[in-house]
Amino acid sequence: MSVLVYIDSSGDKIAKNAYEAVTYGKKLGDVTAVTNGKASEGDLAELGKYGADKVLVDRSFEGIDDQQLTKLVATAAEKTGATTIVFSNDLVGKAVAPRLSVRLNAGLVSGATDLPKEDGTIPVNVFSGKAFGHVKVSTDKKIIALLPNSLQPEETGSEAAVEEFDGNAGDSRVEVLDTKLPEGEIPLPEAELVVSAGRGLKGPENWGIVTDLAETLGAATACSRPVADTGWRPHHEHVGQTGVAIRPNLYIAAGISGAIQHLAGVNGSKVIVVINTDEEAPFFKAADYGVVGDAFEVLPRLNEAIKKFKASN
Amino acid sequence: MKILVCISKAPDTTTKISFTDGDTKFDTNGVKYIVNPYDEWYALVRGLELKEANGGTVTTVTVGTAEDEATIRKALAIGADDAVRIDTDAEDAFQVATEIANFAKTGDYDLILLGKETIDYNGSQVGGMIAEHLDQPFISLASKLDVEGNTATLDKEITGGVQTVKADLPLVVSCAKGMAEQRIPNMRGIMAARSKPLKVEASSSADKLTSFVKYQLPAPKSAVKLIDPENMDELVDLLHNEAKVI
Repeated sequence: MSVLVYIDSSGDKIAKNAYEAVTYGKKLGDVTAVTNGKASEGDLAELGKYGADKVLVDRSFEGIDDQQLTKLVATAAEKTGATTIVFSNDLVGKAVAPRLSVRLNAGLVSGATDLPKEDGTIPVNVFSGKAFGHVKVSTDKKIIALLPNSLQPEETGSEAAVEEFDGNAGDSRVEVLDTKLPEGEIPLPEAELVVSAGRGLKGPENWGIVTDLAETLGAATACSRPVADTGWRPHHEHVGQTGVAIRPNLYIAAGISGAIQHLAGVNGSKVIVVINTDEEAPFFKAADYGVVGDAFEVLPRLNEAIKKFKASN
Repeated sequence: MKILVCISKAPDTTTKISFTDGDTKFDTNGVKYIVNPYDEWYALVRGLELKEANGGTVTTVTVGTAEDEATIRKALAIGADDAVRIDTDAEDAFQVATEIANFAKTGDYDLILLGKETIDYNGSQVGGMIAEHLDQPFISLASKLDVEGNTATLDKEITGGVQTVKADLPLVVSCAKGMAEQRIPNMRGIMAARSKPLKVEASSSADKLTSFVKYQLPAPKSAVKLIDPENMDELVDLLHNEAKVI
């Protein structure tokens, strides 16, 4: 089966979720990757390690307009005869995959968490992570948008052949006026380690113990909804049903009681550590490890313990 | 300015999720439905603010059955001028988007606004699909939207940051936090909503391309392992050797 995988190479380097998408595609068939953007030929050839035979690249446009990216992928799908097209369900995938579904009249499975089952259905997260659904696609062509951090990239091959091609992307109808990328911050949706805190921290002036721990771990910081609503922390840090849904390897929550809406945003995390003074806090039921204690004492102590661990490893 | 706001219903955020008919259907028994928060708080309210500033109309469109009318009336109570319900029980995002696009083609709308996703299926699919059907630009995850003349300026979320972009109308925009503040309907709004027009349109018999054949609840978590708050070295050891996450 011919599989096409879209790679977002608009950043300085290719993100881990792109390697995940290639690894996923390789498990389904022969992979061609397609991208625009500015990644070097060497970086694109690296995609071969994860299973791409060939990388098609169109460097003639920036890819600000999702419609151009849609046309690019459609052109590549026609050229390769791909019957399955894989995206990472990141911000770009979420914008482009639905457009492509209409353009190719191909059923879209967004937020896939695993490979297709024996009956051909594909598992996805639904109800903000409170359940899984199995989706059947009734068209011959399928589009699968893979939830980031659903499988680990696997190195199986060698370098891919990189080929310049014309994606017929057309003109951009969207113009960029300004781009703000806060430096030094790890983007929350992609973070493998996350340190989060809630109202138990009592005020924004106390966040130092959270950011210190995050810095030691190399983790992103997050918060509960009340904290974002009162302006203690920026909105983009709010995880939960009406905020960002994340699925890091490790989620450390301090001073968050664990309302059902908060759990919906984090219950895809592989390991959850809960720190709370109230041993009855509902979050402990969803936790792998629990610490009944005061965040003001426990977080600095955990920070020291991790520093010690890092120094000896 | 003619604004169309897509409104969907969604189970209340405190809903305990369960399934019925051999795990093939969402169990709606006892479920309280609300207007999907992203559609209501951000798309609808920003639509109303733009109308208040620039003049025009705000129409809501919902693909659904008579059961959706309570949530449609809520949107009217918050301030929409009129509502349209496309009468079909749609099964996937493609079907919903195709129905809305077919309806929107007849209306010459300057802006189509919707929430960034529904809180039940979290697909984030409908907006991009409508835009492709209508051959319009789609700005996803917008946290700010201003319109001057025929041009919209928007802030949108990108990986790790925010981008300010500009595009000409007509346009489809998916709305996220920051776009507007929730409005609570007042008594006058609720009374007025009863007599505002809610038009039922026949479905255009759009296809669906996908279906949910089975649901499953996550495996229950094993009991939490409690760690002495004095002994964080033990926690670090467990995270490294047992959980293998650091």
